[in-house]
Amino acid sequence: MHEQLKAFVRGLRQTAYLMVGVPDYDGYLDHMRRAHPDRKPMSRAEFFRERQAARYGGGNGRCC
Amino acid sequence: MTSLVKQIGWIALAVIGAFALGTVALARGETINALWIVVAAVAVYLVAYRYYALYLANTVVGVNLLRVTPALRHNDGLDYVPTNKYVLFGHHFAAIAGAGPLVGPVLAAQMGYLPSMLWIIFGVVLAGAVQDFMVLFVSTRRDGRSLGELVREELGYVPGVIALFGAFLIMIIILAVLALIVVKALADSPWGTSTVAATIPIAIGMGLWMRYVRPGRIGGVSVVGFILLMLAIIVGGQVAESPTWGPVFTLNGVQLTWLLIGYGFVASVLPVWLLLAPRDYLSTFLKIGAIVALAIGIFVMAPDLKMPALTRFVDGTGPVWSGSLFPFLFITIACGAVSGFHSLISSGTTPKLLDNEKNMRFIGYGGMLMESFVAIMALVAASIIEPGVYFAMNSPAAVIGTTAESAAATVSQWGFVVTPELLTQTARDVGESTIISRAGGAPTLAVGMAQIFAAIAGGPGMMAFWYHFAILFEALFILTAVDAGTRAGRFMLQDLLGTFVPALKNTGSWTANVLATALCVGAWGYFLYQGVVDPLGGINTFWPLFGISNQMLAAVALMLCKVVLFKMKRERYAWAAILPTAWLLLCTLTAGWQKLFHADPKVGFLTHAAGLREAVARGEVMAPAKSLEEMQQVIVNDYVNAGLTVLFMFVVISMLFFSIRACLQALRHDQPTAQETPFEQLPGSSVSTGPVGRGM
Repeated sequence: MHEQLKAFVRGLRQTAYLMVGVPDYDGYLDHMRRAHPDRKPMSRAEFFRERQAARYGGGNGRCC
Repeated sequence: MTSLVKQIGWIALAVIGAFALGTVALARGETINALWIVVAAVAVYLVAYRYYALYLANTVVGVNLLRVTPALRHNDGLDYVPTNKYVLFGHHFAAIAGAGPLVGPVLAAQMGYLPSMLWIIFGVVLAGAVQDFMVLFVSTRRDGRSLGELVREELGYVPGVIALFGAFLIMIIILAVLALIVVKALADSPWGTSTVAATIPIAIGMGLWMRYVRPGRIGGVSVVGFILLMLAIIVGGQVAESPTWGPVFTLNGVQLTWLLIGYGFVASVLPVWLLLAPRDYLSTFLKIGAIVALAIGIFVMAPDLKMPALTRFVDGTGPVWSGSLFPFLFITIACGAVSGFHSLISSGTTPKLLDNEKNMRFIGYGGMLMESFVAIMALVAASIIEPGVYFAMNSPAAVIGTTAESAAATVSQWGFVVTPELLTQTARDVGESTIISRAGGAPTLAVGMAQIFAAIAGGPGMMAFWYHFAILFEALFILTAVDAGTRAGRFMLQDLLGTFVPALKNTGSWTANVLATALCVGAWGYFLYQGVVDPLGGINTFWPLFGISNQMLAAVALMLCKVVLFKMKRERYAWAAILPTAWLLLCTLTAGWQKLFHADPKVGFLTHAAGLREAVARGEVMAPAKSLEEMQQVIVNDYVNAGLTVLFMFVVISMLFFSIRACLQALRHDQPTAQETPFEQLPGSSVSTGPVGRGM
């Protein structure tokens, strides 16, 4: 029960972050560990800045 | 046996939906509870999702749950991330839901709630959700490429450029019309203006905090930002009453227009982390929260609808916008029924986050059903207001005058009896000096939302707070859309102009950026100014133009999907895309034609211009102009608007031509010619290509 609740809260948090264009940082770390163990992953701050620049930098419009 | 039991459950749901629809449609002369509309909508959505969306997924496009998606193929933890379907649903919904589904139904309510309700429900099921789902499918099968690239690959280079050009024009019109809504809501409202102004320092504070103090932590700072926003609303009430500060924030439409143009320019050249991003966080969370609260409010309050099912204005003589039910109702409600802009989202970030093709139905089709539900709630909020108040709020001053007495007299004459006292009392309840001629949809929606929220929290004493809460929530995400849109428009423009002057393409060059930004802001600013000084309120002219352009983009997207189905050798199922395309072409081309040539000067741009020219020849000055020079300016505006309409029609007709050509070419091949990324099987799955299961 406790575990389920924790997973639910984690899901909510991930949803809120992804709504504003920031994917899960832990997921990114996991991915880097598995796919690119040779490379140093970005820190949380670097990751956040990179995602911010990507969300607003390109030609992505917003809906009406 | 169990499947039979399940089928019976779905049949029962369909019967409930049909019964609710019948109750709403057939009731005459008695009051209808808003919950009937909500029940009818939800039942139709669920049945359509269970049967039609499943048919689209399994039979029409043929999703393959063993196929690797772009998120898996290119997984980088950043742009391409296989994402839990519920998390992705939230992302997709937050990206597609904006001001459109809230404003359109409010404006359309002038014809009564019934036609709007039917169009929202059946439009989404057969057109809007189909478009979102199919574009998501097409883009996912092509590495998440954007709509412009998809059109270029599947239809050819020229149609690709035409589609991009069309998208840029639509962007300009959308920005102008959104900014116009904000101006209409804040004009002569010191409370609203000061509250919205306060969001700028709040957002900048949040931006600095997230940049330097706790980078990457959004939660806590957003909560603090939200609390500050609520305080800003409370303080705004004091500001409005203050003899020194009240007048400072009491601005008329033209002043607000110049402020907004200046703001749009500055905000879109500032670094994103300073203002745009933090305000985007606030507006996104506030938007989702307000939508959830509105849903709860409607269920708890269960209000009665006061607007008639049909009003006398179905004949096209309505004061809110001009034009008859067909085609203009289907233009006025774009978002919520079918919105072309979604094709940019469904071919944007969402396909890069999809973990499996089986979830396309939930994200693409389901996400649009959710937006449609938001439109239904906006329609309810507009229909529970006293109709007399609704028309006094939404009719231009040129028609009903500027005093409570003249407005009440005119509106009562139309058959919507209202007293001047009720108009002044409503204004006082929501903390405004007047509510007359507050066109644009946002203030009307805010009155409706304030009634709903006050009924469940705070009582009548809280009306003013909730009204300004609703105004703030709309203004906040419109402003975010304005500066994000200006940035996007700037990139599009640099891309387009770069074809002629390569130096302009360099987004690292400060001069090129400032020039493109100024051109972009100038373009929407021109239309915004024109709308603000228009005595008929601007919304009258621009909302239909916005609707036409948005629906035309939807038609373009659906034509792309049709071509892809032909190229996949699935032409026998292409009717699922052709049916909504045909309807959209019929509506938008008829509406475009009428905007050009209709004999009523309120509808036809050219008729309006001709009338003014005759007046000039006689040496007469007609409103909104105050001199003969201004008359010339209004005539020029008419021609610009007519030219824009012609361009939209050109875009859609040429796309029709190119798409038919592509379909005929596809028919001549006996092999599929669609340019999909080659099939790659999901690791660890067995070699069979069964259809998607029954799950969500």
